[in-house]
Amino acid sequence: MPSTARSRNSRVSAIRLDDVSLALGGRVILDGVSLDIAACEFVGVLGPNGAGKTTLFRAVLGLVPPSRGSVEVLGAPARRGNPDIGYMPQSRAALAQQRLRGWDYVATILNGHRPGLPLPGRAGRAEIDRALDIVGARALAQRPLNELSGGERQRLLLAQALVGRPRLLLLDEPLINLDPNHQDTVVALARAIQVDLGITVLFSAHELNPLLPAIDRVLYLGHGKAALGTVDEVITGPVLSRLYGSEIDVVRLGDRIFVMSGGHDVQRDDHRHEDHPHHHPAAED
Amino acid sequence: MLDYDFMRNAFAAATIVALLSGAVGYFLVLRGQTFAGHALSHVGFTGATGASLVGIAPLWGLTLMTVAAGIGMGFVGERLAQRDVAIGMVLALSLGLGLLFLHFYTAAATQAAALLFGNVLAIDATTVWTLFALGLLCLAALAAISRPLLFASLQPELAEAKGVSLRFYAVAFLAIVAVATAECTTIVGVLLVFTLMVGPAAAAQRLVRGVLGGLCVAAALALAEAWFGLTLAFYTDWPTSFWITALSGAVYIVSLRIS
Repeated sequence: MPSTARSRNSRVSAIRLDDVSLALGGRVILDGVSLDIAACEFVGVLGPNGAGKTTLFRAVLGLVPPSRGSVEVLGAPARRGNPDIGYMPQSRAALAQQRLRGWDYVATILNGHRPGLPLPGRAGRAEIDRALDIVGARALAQRPLNELSGGERQRLLLAQALVGRPRLLLLDEPLINLDPNHQDTVVALARAIQVDLGITVLFSAHELNPLLPAIDRVLYLGHGKAALGTVDEVITGPVLSRLYGSEIDVVRLGDRIFVMSGGHDVQRDDHRHEDHPHHHPAAED
Repeated sequence: MLDYDFMRNAFAAATIVALLSGAVGYFLVLRGQTFAGHALSHVGFTGATGASLVGIAPLWGLTLMTVAAGIGMGFVGERLAQRDVAIGMVLALSLGLGLLFLHFYTAAATQAAALLFGNVLAIDATTVWTLFALGLLCLAALAAISRPLLFASLQPELAEAKGVSLRFYAVAFLAIVAVATAECTTIVGVLLVFTLMVGPAAAAQRLVRGVLGGLCVAAALALAEAWFGLTLAFYTDWPTSFWITALSGAVYIVSLRIS
């Protein structure tokens, strides 16, 4: 497990939750969670559907105020519009129909919160090209979105999240609807970016296995609780049983880990039963 | 053709309305809100007939009602699942109300036809100036909000995280759409607002990959369709709205073919 980045900068925290409760429409998502994610960590965020992965991200972005406790981001209280946070929301199905050029789509983030005309200017163009170069999508971005594969569109969204040189990157389910090959590519790319730029990355996913080569630690959410630690600390029968509220077995097969409940692989089941409040695009790629 | 006052007025009005409709329509199509634009025009019908009933100029009744409805839609519009049904109900109800107002207003037939299908050749100089002022106001407002509107339309979750108020821009945009719809109604009428607002913009988005290019092409197509429509109407004596609709449809079909 790579952990050099973490030890180098472990005194600064990227995200600190102090006794945080989050509620959404009367439903408690997180209940009294405290945790500390160090700067320059690559953290995999896992948990069953509806466990609050997206809600946690939205709290860090300052969009969901905690009903109790405090959320600190890079040493300051979470606030909306924080330019230090890069965010890649879950991909929308409508994007696959959009005929706009990829470059123009990525560029909508430039000064996007300020009134005015969408004219990027020279510095803006350079910034978009820089972000596209990081993910190796400069040429890709000249094509319209509807002619790109799901994996290629994810690359553009990742570039968009990198515009403005954020120090913390929140990636919400970048692997959804990608085949295993593309999944590995996206994980490796995110890890390379995290190491090269020396930033913190939170990467949420349904399944642990694709993330194993990249993550420093894992944050597992479930039943309003959270467990943060190395894979060996968190992915254990007792810890996950507490988070799922039912008996969980962890089975290791070679270098893959399966989380089982009564003979079912719960992560795979999550993938099949989409009852997540957020839309998922139809299978692509 | 341009020796006639009414033709000069018609061309001036069509120019203003086409440019505005093309630009507003581009965002309308991008946001997938074309049905909302259609419903707004029907609400406008109620406003216009109601205005004639109480003795105000129909254009003001039209504008007032569409703006009120647009702002209302912007506020409730986030409940996406209910949107189609809600808009459909508003659409039917407002046409029904408009019909009732017409029933009480005696000079019904020509008035109704003009509102439903437009009567660009009957526009006087005062109306041209009103259209010009409203059109300029709308274009200025659209230019001012275009960057955050584009961001909020294409990447709503990210825009929200970056501090863009989705609701504010939804409401502001629909208010602009409402005024544009009211203007458009004077040219092509309530039932054919789609033809100038949606047709050119949809064709432009098929033809052009860039945002600014697409906006300009949408406005240019709307302008060309309006001008040619007027010219054809002058020489054939067929209704202007028919010609504009035919051109708009033809351009869209061609755009499907070549892209």
